[in-house]
Amino acid sequence: MTDTSLSPPMQPVLRVEHLSKSFGALKASNDVSLDLYPGEIHALIGPNGAGKSTLIKQISGGLQPDMGRIELLGHDVTALDTVARARMGLGRTFQISSLAMEFSVLQNAVLGALGACGKSLGFFRNVMKDKALLEVAEEALSRVGLLQAAQQRTADLSHGQRRQLEVAVALTLKPRLFLMDEPMAGLGASGSKELTGFLDQLRYEAPILLVEHDMDAVFALADRISVLVYGAVIATGTADEIRNHPEVRRAYLGEEDET
Amino acid sequence: MSLILILEQILNGLQFGVMLFLMAAGLTLVFGVMGLINLAHGALYMVGAFAAAAVAGLTGSFVLALIASLAAAAAAGALVEVTVIRRLYDRDHLDQVLATFALILIFSEGTRWIFGSFPLFLDVPDYLSGPVTLPGGIKYPLYRLAIIVIGLVVGAGLFWLIARTRIGIQIRAGEADREMIAALGVDISKLYTLVFALGAALAGLAGALVGAIQSVQVGMGEPVLILAFVVIVIGGIGSIKGALVGALLVGLTDTLGGIFLPRLFTLMMEPAQAASLGASLASMLIYILMAAVLLVRPSGLFGGSA
Amino acid sequence: MGRERLFNLAVILALLAVPLLALALDEPFVITLATKVAILALAGVGLNIALGLGGLVSLGHAAFFGIGGYAMGILAAHAQNYEPLFSWPFLFEGSNQMPLIWLVAVLASAAAALVIGALSLRTSGVYFIMITLAFGQMLYYFAISWSAYGGEDGLSIWVRNEMPGLNTLIPIQFFGVCFALLCGALLFSARLAGSGFGLALSAARQTEERVETVGLQPFKLRLVAFVISGAITGLAGALFADLNRFVSPTMLSWHTSGEIMIFVILGGVGRLYGPVVGAAVYILLEHLLGGISEYWQIFLGLLLLGMVLFARGGLIGALLGREVAHD
Repeated sequence: MTDTSLSPPMQPVLRVEHLSKSFGALKASNDVSLDLYPGEIHALIGPNGAGKSTLIKQISGGLQPDMGRIELLGHDVTALDTVARARMGLGRTFQISSLAMEFSVLQNAVLGALGACGKSLGFFRNVMKDKALLEVAEEALSRVGLLQAAQQRTADLSHGQRRQLEVAVALTLKPRLFLMDEPMAGLGASGSKELTGFLDQLRYEAPILLVEHDMDAVFALADRISVLVYGAVIATGTADEIRNHPEVRRAYLGEEDET
Repeated sequence: MSLILILEQILNGLQFGVMLFLMAAGLTLVFGVMGLINLAHGALYMVGAFAAAAVAGLTGSFVLALIASLAAAAAAGALVEVTVIRRLYDRDHLDQVLATFALILIFSEGTRWIFGSFPLFLDVPDYLSGPVTLPGGIKYPLYRLAIIVIGLVVGAGLFWLIARTRIGIQIRAGEADREMIAALGVDISKLYTLVFALGAALAGLAGALVGAIQSVQVGMGEPVLILAFVVIVIGGIGSIKGALVGALLVGLTDTLGGIFLPRLFTLMMEPAQAASLGASLASMLIYILMAAVLLVRPSGLFGGSA
Repeated sequence: MGRERLFNLAVILALLAVPLLALALDEPFVITLATKVAILALAGVGLNIALGLGGLVSLGHAAFFGIGGYAMGILAAHAQNYEPLFSWPFLFEGSNQMPLIWLVAVLASAAAALVIGALSLRTSGVYFIMITLAFGQMLYYFAISWSAYGGEDGLSIWVRNEMPGLNTLIPIQFFGVCFALLCGALLFSARLAGSGFGLALSAARQTEERVETVGLQPFKLRLVAFVISGAITGLAGALFADLNRFVSPTMLSWHTSGEIMIFVILGGVGRLYGPVVGAAVYILLEHLLGGISEYWQIFLGLLLLGMVLFARGGLIGALLGREVAHD
């Protein structure tokens, strides 16, 4: 897979070029460049405070970079907002669940389907009886194994189930690429393993830019890994290359204990 | 339209602005430090005015009346903070709005109960009444000039308090990070009561000072409260400097607009129509100013993020 | 869910039964009170769309209530005085026909809500509260200084406006009109809450970020909700002015905004029938306590304070417990 996805004629789905963002004296993103090709999982790792969240925000459209450009599917989206980027096919999951807690699980999934369907929202028809939307929502829930919890109140879900729902909502968008912010965080060992298997297959539907602390998952899944330290990418390469990269070992693996 | 008239109106605008600043300072401080929107701030203004009128009626001393306004408003503020307000800091804004609206009802009707529905009058003392001649030959009421001076002195004192004193440091730290200053051993609930009482005292003082120009009556605080909101929306919520700039802007715009807009319209249309249209438009002017500021800077002139 | 639906049905039937009973017992004043409840509940239903569903704490809904009132006052005053309101592009002498008055009230308040909303919704939180309050107050002062339509004294009309096929001078018939409009608004509001728009709006209240990431604009959702909300409250304003045959700047004052909000809160925020219960309780309190003490608003204040501090779900919340997610 890695070979074909890196072959030159293929267009990257996402291309980030020379992105910089400062907060006062702090360079949260320092000349970051990375890209994501069809069919791949590109993992982004780095110690806490390395600027991963800032980078994600800039890619998803929540934060304007000071310099650099972002390209989605060949279009410059640097000036576009979150909504426009979502409509172009960017499917994001959040590190801290931002689900609608008062909703049922199914309502959260239908919200995603509703946003993605592109039709007008409707003021009179009961959205929870819309067959087309329900089908999309239920399929996404069943793929992450949440269908039996569809009628539960989201606030009552376990932490692991909320992570699953995060992914399910992203699935309802039928995105062209996924931007996943620590989907494994707080999942137990078996949960991580299950999700790892799922993402492994998902990459063929749409490539994944994966920010993750779970190193087992990262090394098992990623076609390429980029290491972010102090806002800058210090290395990009395959799992083996990163494992043996001296600077990475010094800057990251040597200093940070992974939990 | 003479130069003297314009200068006189500018002074009137300043006087109005300075009063608004006394109101807005407390509001913006309470919001900045405690994150609370306090609709009952106007009630404290009223409490100050009534206390001043009552004490002046008993003793005949204007100075005692001002002291009473400060003390009564601060005491009412502290009482309200301890019994009600502190339960609202962690609530959402809707709860804060409702609870402080309820306080307005209680304060207004309670005051009506005690003092009746007729307005009280607070007289300007002899030594401050009458006009004074300013450089340039402008005759201006001494009392209004005194208000400007008192307001500016209190404002300067407030800046000094916040920038230079221990309490001020704690207040600023409280804006930045509640947990941090609690961890440093500052008694945060005392600090909050103090800040609230301070804001209340300023409002009470403003009520007493204005009470001598207008009448002292139930509900007098509400128009001022809403103008104070406009002031801090323009200045940026939480910023004392913004409150000062916003207050002067609003004071000047309202006063000058009310005088000059009808005259301006007279140049274009017949007098009766001009007066009516001019007055209507003038009454909307500060809100138009607010909308304009919002279009350019949604979080106000000196505000951080909304 | 079943319990709340049953409760709602009981509430609306009670609101219908009371004036009918009053008619049988020949108590026209009670019919007027019930009419007032229906109208104020309608205003609350409007606010509830912004406040309950959209989480928009508007303290300026008196603006729309008052605009509706003035739409009635101005149209009717021109009609009764035979003074043309305008003569271009066609001659228009005002109107005393309710349907036309309602249309104008709804359109005017929707237009005002569009402008006020577009400006206020650029902000959120406390700014939003203060700005809606300020715009409401702007219209209040405008009405006071607008001498052509009564200024501070307001505007009276001699006879209640007409409704084709009915005699609105008979209290129970006018009640019927108001009650029917309230039922219509409740039905509309229920459908709206269950619709795609309602789902997205409610989601925007809970998690703005999420709504953006699924490709929907929270600002647009809120603006549409604010306009609908303002339009319904405006309609209530036209009816309220018609009930009193009088409109004055008081309808635009921020106390009115606070009161409309109290209707919603007393009943329970976000509850479909919250405003009906709230308005009924408010009018009942006003009538009962007002009979005991001139200063009855002290008790209202204490009640409201106690409710905010200790019983946040409102009356329906206290009776029926936590709300179940919309079906």
